Amino acid sequence: MRTEEYTLNMGPQHPSTHGVLKLVLTLDGEVVREAVPHIGFLHRALEKIAENRTYLQFIPITDRFEYLSSMSNNLAYCLAVEKLAQIPVPPRAEYIRVLMAELNRLASHLMWFSSMLLDLGATTPFIYAFRERERIMDIFEMTCGARLTYNYIRFGGVSQDLPPGFLEKMRLFLSAMKKGLPEYHALVTENPIFLARTRGIGILNPDLAVACGVSGPSLRGSGIAFDIRKAEPYSVYPELSFNIPTGTDGDVHDRYLVRMKEMEESVKIIEQALDKVPEGRYRTTLPQRIKPPKGEVFSRIEAPRGDTGVFIVSDGSEKPWRLKFRAPSFSNLSVLPHLVRGGRISDIMACIGSLDIILPEVDR
Amino acid sequence: MTRNEILEILRDAFPGRHLEADPDNNDGIRIPPPDLPEVAAFLKTEPSLDFNYLFFITAVDRLKALEVIHHLYSMGKGHHVILKTSLDRENPALDSVTALWPAANWHEREVYDLFGVRFDGHPDLRRILLPEDWEGHPMLRDFTHPNLIRRPDSPAEGRSEEAPGRGNPAS
Repeated sequence: MRTEEYTLNMGPQHPSTHGVLKLVLTLDGEVVREAVPHIGFLHRALEKIAENRTYLQFIPITDRFEYLSSMSNNLAYCLAVEKLAQIPVPPRAEYIRVLMAELNRLASHLMWFSSMLLDLGATTPFIYAFRERERIMDIFEMTCGARLTYNYIRFGGVSQDLPPGFLEKMRLFLSAMKKGLPEYHALVTENPIFLARTRGIGILNPDLAVACGVSGPSLRGSGIAFDIRKAEPYSVYPELSFNIPTGTDGDVHDRYLVRMKEMEESVKIIEQALDKVPEGRYRTTLPQRIKPPKGEVFSRIEAPRGDTGVFIVSDGSEKPWRLKFRAPSFSNLSVLPHLVRGGRISDIMACIGSLDIILPEVDR
Repeated sequence: MTRNEILEILRDAFPGRHLEADPDNNDGIRIPPPDLPEVAAFLKTEPSLDFNYLFFITAVDRLKALEVIHHLYSMGKGHHVILKTSLDRENPALDSVTALWPAANWHEREVYDLFGVRFDGHPDLRRILLPEDWEGHPMLRDFTHPNLIRRPDSPAEGRSEEAPGRGNPAS
């Protein structure tokens, strides 16, 4: 019988591509011979917009790079501008920032947990994870008024102080989160169907991961204990104790476990930071329009998806001459063809889910 | 390892080449474009440097020239270096480093797409973010498009006589 390979377009409108990603698949029956990602469907020229905005006006736009962890983007951008213009940050603001960044990491990982399992056909965990995520959204809403695009972190601090009742709400959330995590594990981690869909699937070799610029939990799933919070600490992370979870085999299940353990570490960080938040100012007073001196600056942070880097070239005016946003998902997605090649078409969803990409950040 | 120590090692390995410290950036090293493949390969393979991680590649339109930036990082040693190559703005071309760091593949496609830099030796150089039939390279400062409307308070292009970023390093 004569057989031949055929080409299939997966996406751009596909429920499990997390946005608009198109994969051109070359298939031999159900076996994937080649997968070519096509990106750019969400390109909004945000880096070009930066050249036409003042430094302050660009903060809300950083929310739109990666809408599931806007706090991290705000922070990455503000750290870069603060380094460039040498703006001091009061200690209270540093702790508030770490609290928000870690809360956002939890919210982002809960979203990943729900959506990856939805992709694999499990609908119940989604409801469980959103129960806790909703509490985080409420906390963000009472802090800065927004549930998705926060625009909260500012040069020299944060836009407003912690609201009354914040501590009580946080304690309630933390106890709910600590009760929730074992429930997720009971539901999913040892589930035989889940194991069959994730063990030994989409193996990412550590050498390939480094060569392809993979970062964040996807890199740590391959056994490389690299985390910017430890390697090049920023803000008040050196004063907080936490571990870097790593995987061993680099398969989908390992990347899953790393993110699950990271949530436990984030809870630990938040508990320590809550106890340490000092009294004092929450922001350095600055003029509305700042003019950083001529020069270049680069700063990077550990966002929920990996290394987020911001590179700014200033010409001494009130607008950046060039702003480059190094998005972790961009490099993480480029490794996808290596993961799915030789596997089955149904495993593509598990691989995309385990890389936890977000397309607005890839396309910028 | 600091930028100056890395530069010393490079100068010993490549005598007679025009490698200089970048005044704008504390991690920057300016190298002539034709030397990029050799210098990059050395940075990756020399055990004391071990630049195994390509963080990103991007470009900056300096009006007089187009500057391509390779940001390298060593996960083992924890040091950074930024390689800067200044290209002819009318016909920008540079050798690809995809063979050294596969991560460069998409980053070079992005720089090609947005700035028009041709990377020789790239396995698959085509637009990545913009549609295939797009004309022009929008991140160039003089790019115009009917839908691109400048804000009224925006200063005209080439606002400073001198190209930006010269002198007064702030980082």
